[in-house]
Amino acid sequence: MKIVCRCQDITEEEVIAAIRQGATTIDEIKRLVRAGMGPCQGRTCRRLVSQIISRELKKPAADIYPPTFRPPNRPVPFKLIMAEYNDQLTAEKKAEEKAAKKAATKKPAAKGGKK
Amino acid sequence: MKTSFDAIIIGGGILGVSTAYELAKAGMKNICVIERRYLASGSTGRCGGGFRQQWSTESNTRLAIKAVKRLEHIEEELGYKTEFFQGGYLILAHSDEEVAQFEKNVAMQRKLGLDVRIVDRAEAKKIDPYLNVDLIKCATWCPKDGHISPFLLTQAYANAARRLGAEIHLWTNVTGLMKKSNVFFVMTDKGVTYETPLLFNCAGSFSRTIGQMINVDIPVDPYRHEILVTEPVERLWNPMIISFGVGLYARQEQSGGVVMGMGDPNEPVGTFVGSSMHFMFEMSRRFTMLFPKLEGLRIVRQWAGLYEMTADAQPILGPVDEVENFYQASGFSGHGLMLAPAASELLAEKAIKGKTSFPIDDLHVRRFRGKQEIHREKSVV
Repeated sequence: MKIVCRCQDITEEEVIAAIRQGATTIDEIKRLVRAGMGPCQGRTCRRLVSQIISRELKKPAADIYPPTFRPPNRPVPFKLIMAEYNDQLTAEKKAEEKAAKKAATKKPAAKGGKK
Repeated sequence: MKTSFDAIIIGGGILGVSTAYELAKAGMKNICVIERRYLASGSTGRCGGGFRQQWSTESNTRLAIKAVKRLEHIEEELGYKTEFFQGGYLILAHSDEEVAQFEKNVAMQRKLGLDVRIVDRAEAKKIDPYLNVDLIKCATWCPKDGHISPFLLTQAYANAARRLGAEIHLWTNVTGLMKKSNVFFVMTDKGVTYETPLLFNCAGSFSRTIGQMINVDIPVDPYRHEILVTEPVERLWNPMIISFGVGLYARQEQSGGVVMGMGDPNEPVGTFVGSSMHFMFEMSRRFTMLFPKLEGLRIVRQWAGLYEMTADAQPILGPVDEVENFYQASGFSGHGLMLAPAASELLAEKAIKGKTSFPIDDLHVRRFRGKQEIHREKSVV
């Protein structure tokens, strides 16, 4: 038993079984057996799966349809994303307030509107 | 290569393969599915994977109840594991208007025989211990809803259809259609022209384009919906959680990752399926608002898919008036996977017998022809 995808514990046999069901691309194998769905997003298994497809289907590795690469680059917690989002929102708010102040000094009746 | 078939289905998503299976099961021998890329490469393989019966219109609810009855035995029927899991659906009400609408929905759904009820905050907390119940007024709960793996269900149908003799031609793009003395000619980018007396349009987001090839207007517009998945963790909760007010749905996969997505009203029409930082920000804000204890959970991957919307957010199912023997199953407005088991069965009945065991005339595309009043399905994220 050879492990191909370390994140999801997927073996070579499982990948071959997916190919027998008609899968010809790395993305199809990912969808069927989850190889490449773990935290590393296929950095390890992408090449291995590609080699197995190439061997099983007797097709040069260069002819195998390339997989989609999806963000984020590495796992990110929600709170980190939220910290950045809040920074961005406060910066936007400050800029708006500044613009409103500027407008207010020109025309005292104008009121700064929120988006 | 065989190019002449008794029925051709354009589209290898859940509707295409399930229709192929139903036709083959009904005794048809020569069936071919033509798919642009690979199975479930479009909306099906990018969806949230839930199935629910809680709808605001009666026709959708009836169709969904039928679909779930079918799904309950789909693994035995198709002989394939699909990660089918009846964990329920919890739909959150945040405002008094929503409470009023949900009370109406629940009364209608119960009349149709669905096991659904309104639960208070305490019970919602019991169903989902991580939920911030201060934000909700109440929720509706149906334990018979749940979720399933879209890839595995598509593969299950495809394998079963192949066993019954259907062919599936992948990486073949339909470029033109023609009809001459009751035979459809389906032209493809492979240079092969297929012939068939019976044609099905299950092309999802591209069904309008397919319709245009033969001068039939299929009013379906694709909108991008983004979605993400977190790292796998131990079981947090069982149901799919939906909030129309916050605009979010979240479920925990069998492998442990939490899949969540949201609707964005500013999304333009188009077939672009890239990812955006804006979604990552907004999704994190909405999710941590409803589930503040889970702010440490890590996001592993984000992607996007297309909702094939119709004006009333209900599918187009059945024949068309303009061209005979040209059947439609599209415009499921983000709910193709959950309705497919019933929709494909009815479509096959309609195509083979000319009548269905269950009325689908209200899903005919002619409801969009001319000026007509449209009753929109309200329960859409």
